Amino acid sequence: MARKIWTVAAGLAATGLVLTGCSGSGGGNSTEGTDGDVSGDVTFVTWRTDLIQDGTFDEYAAQFHEMYPDATVTFEGITDYEGEMRTRLSTDNYGDVLGIPNSVLPDQFSDFFEPLGQTDELADTYRFLAPKSYEGVQYGLALGGNANGIVYNTDVFEQAGITALPKTEDEWLDALAKIKENTDAIPLYTNYKDGWPLSQWSGNIGAITGNPDAQNDMAHDDTPWTNDTDIYAIDSLIYDSVAARLTEEDPLTTNWEQSKVDFATGKIAAMALGSWAISQLQGAAEDNGIDPSVVGYMTFPATAPDGEQYAVVGGDYNLGINVHSDVKPAAKAWIDFLLEDSGFTDTQGMVSALLADPLPDNLAGLTDEGVQLMELNPAPAGEEALFNNIADAAQIDIWGNIYRQKLIDIARGAAPGDKQSYFDELNQRWTDAIAQVG
Amino acid sequence: MSMSTAGPETTGVTGPMTHERPTRRLFRSRARATRATGAPAGRSIVERLTPYLFIAAALALLLLLTYLPAANMVWYSLTDWDGIDKEQNFIGLDNYVAVFTDPRIFGVFFVSVYYFVGSFVQMAIALYFAALLSNSTRFSNFFRGVLFFPYLINGVAIGFVFLYLFQPGGTLDAFLSWFGVTSPPQWLGNPEIANYSLAATSVWRYTGLNFVLFLGAMQSIPHEQYEAADIDGANKWQQFWALTFPGIRRIIGLSFILAIAGSLSVFEIPFIMTGGANGTSTFVIQTLQTAFTFRQVGLASAMAIVLLVIVLVITWVQRRVFPDEKVDLT
Repeated sequence: MARKIWTVAAGLAATGLVLTGCSGSGGGNSTEGTDGDVSGDVTFVTWRTDLIQDGTFDEYAAQFHEMYPDATVTFEGITDYEGEMRTRLSTDNYGDVLGIPNSVLPDQFSDFFEPLGQTDELADTYRFLAPKSYEGVQYGLALGGNANGIVYNTDVFEQAGITALPKTEDEWLDALAKIKENTDAIPLYTNYKDGWPLSQWSGNIGAITGNPDAQNDMAHDDTPWTNDTDIYAIDSLIYDSVAARLTEEDPLTTNWEQSKVDFATGKIAAMALGSWAISQLQGAAEDNGIDPSVVGYMTFPATAPDGEQYAVVGGDYNLGINVHSDVKPAAKAWIDFLLEDSGFTDTQGMVSALLADPLPDNLAGLTDEGVQLMELNPAPAGEEALFNNIADAAQIDIWGNIYRQKLIDIARGAAPGDKQSYFDELNQRWTDAIAQVG
Repeated sequence: MSMSTAGPETTGVTGPMTHERPTRRLFRSRARATRATGAPAGRSIVERLTPYLFIAAALALLLLLTYLPAANMVWYSLTDWDGIDKEQNFIGLDNYVAVFTDPRIFGVFFVSVYYFVGSFVQMAIALYFAALLSNSTRFSNFFRGVLFFPYLINGVAIGFVFLYLFQPGGTLDAFLSWFGVTSPPQWLGNPEIANYSLAATSVWRYTGLNFVLFLGAMQSIPHEQYEAADIDGANKWQQFWALTFPGIRRIIGLSFILAIAGSLSVFEIPFIMTGGANGTSTFVIQTLQTAFTFRQVGLASAMAIVLLVIVLVITWVQRRVFPDEKVDLT
């Protein structure tokens, strides 16, 4: 009997050896720092699968290879980027250059990513440094940035007789009511079913009050869903628009891909999306033989107490370097190439991460209206993870769609309660979470 | 690769199956060549090891891919892990306390009732068609195929097909308008109807499986018994209750367990069609959101284990209440 057990154990041990051999090979010897010879093969794990397919990245890779003959780049595209990367981070093998997934909290950066320099030194050159900085050290550089606000169909707005863009919630509701009355378009399309477009509203936190610390303050506010806060203004506007029947009839059957075409062809008047969507919507317009100038962009309909209108500009995915990478100098060179030489942000209509570069043309609508662009402040030292921890403990996904779908359900009468009762519940959960986390 | 050379070698030496002689010869010559350096004593160890080496691969994979992750999950359920942090803090049974005390977590089991009721409808439909088609009906093979077909379609595809069916002005509304229904409800948008729509989709999908199980059991009942019943003058209804039903009782019991376990862990159809919004969230969707939206992998693991235990307990109770009668299905 003993021998039998020994035999089985030996078999298992042998299998185990083989398997650990497999996983161990990914590690390799990691070099120190990003200074050194730019050589080797850089693997770039990217969320832009579309740019791999249409060959844009291949052109970049060729240009990069021309600049650095010893270095090459290979691409690995992931469709469900956020979901897949979260599990891959538990291995050592997650490419050399990658977009830093949002699920990594600031105090975890140094476990996964190579430091890129001191934040205050980089601040002279780059925009959008705050989110991926921890204790004064920078771990990621934004590939580009976007403004947040609302896309609207200029033709539909004109047909409805809207002469000036709404600057308060009341003006907004009036404008939507006019659209409903005078045109066949759906005034506001929520994209409820796909979910993630609902998270786009949260990009406006800060723009309503003109307070760059709005999100940091939320972590200390026991009742954020009360008058005068950004999150109240956003969720209240959504609630009131839905309650007044100014959104699509059956939100459970919305479809993002279709909504782009419907927007371009004037069946939808407005959607809350980051400015990254402008180029996609213009593309949809061109495909349907419509002048792309039909896509207009405005900030969240609110005016700050100081009388100005603001729009928040924030970084897209930040590029970081795998702390286990063998080719860190080449990885850094690739990031620099993407930011400085590739012309990526220009072709994508995004805000460049370099302070020296001008704003993209598609934000002209904002600057023409006199809207001030602002960046949010980083969380104070020691509180980098606080906001996320509170939101998770409260199970309120500020940057997701679950609690906002519930808000819409209540507003359209599909779930019990009203605006006040739901905001009370959210406040209560938030209070409890602060007590639990803080 | 050492396993595969050990295999034929021992067969060659000890195999009593003389009819395999040609293959044996073939292997033996090769085995000799590879065993040139091996001592004769080694043969008996290899011989004894052989069966274990054969199951070692399967066992190792089973342990690696099933039991190790499950044990890992039990560990996670005792920690406050967020899914990526390098540290996992042990917090005892706090997660289990949260699962049972937070009404937001346990409340979603109510949604399972829709699917549970649906599974009875499903069994009734399946039983009806199985009884009809177990006799030699015209085109019976065609109809069997038609009924089983939905089960073969990928669940995600079914979700999308029904999403279009249920859209306002979609296929179902167009169909109903032929019969004068001018203002059909929002099949997914109305929270009072959404769960019925989803449960109906689930019934449509799984009826085929029940049907095949029932049909297989019915066809294994010896035909002579029906002939005897015919001679005794029993009508079809009496035959069903006295012969068919007892003959397939075991399969009905099995379907019952599958129905309970299935309705507690519904996932695909509501996840694809509504994403759990509009009051259609199920326990598994909730678990997924807890783990990956709210980054509470510890709590989510506890939820998964609670679900596992509930299903095990229900199965055990079911086996106690309806003990497994010996039914000769051959």
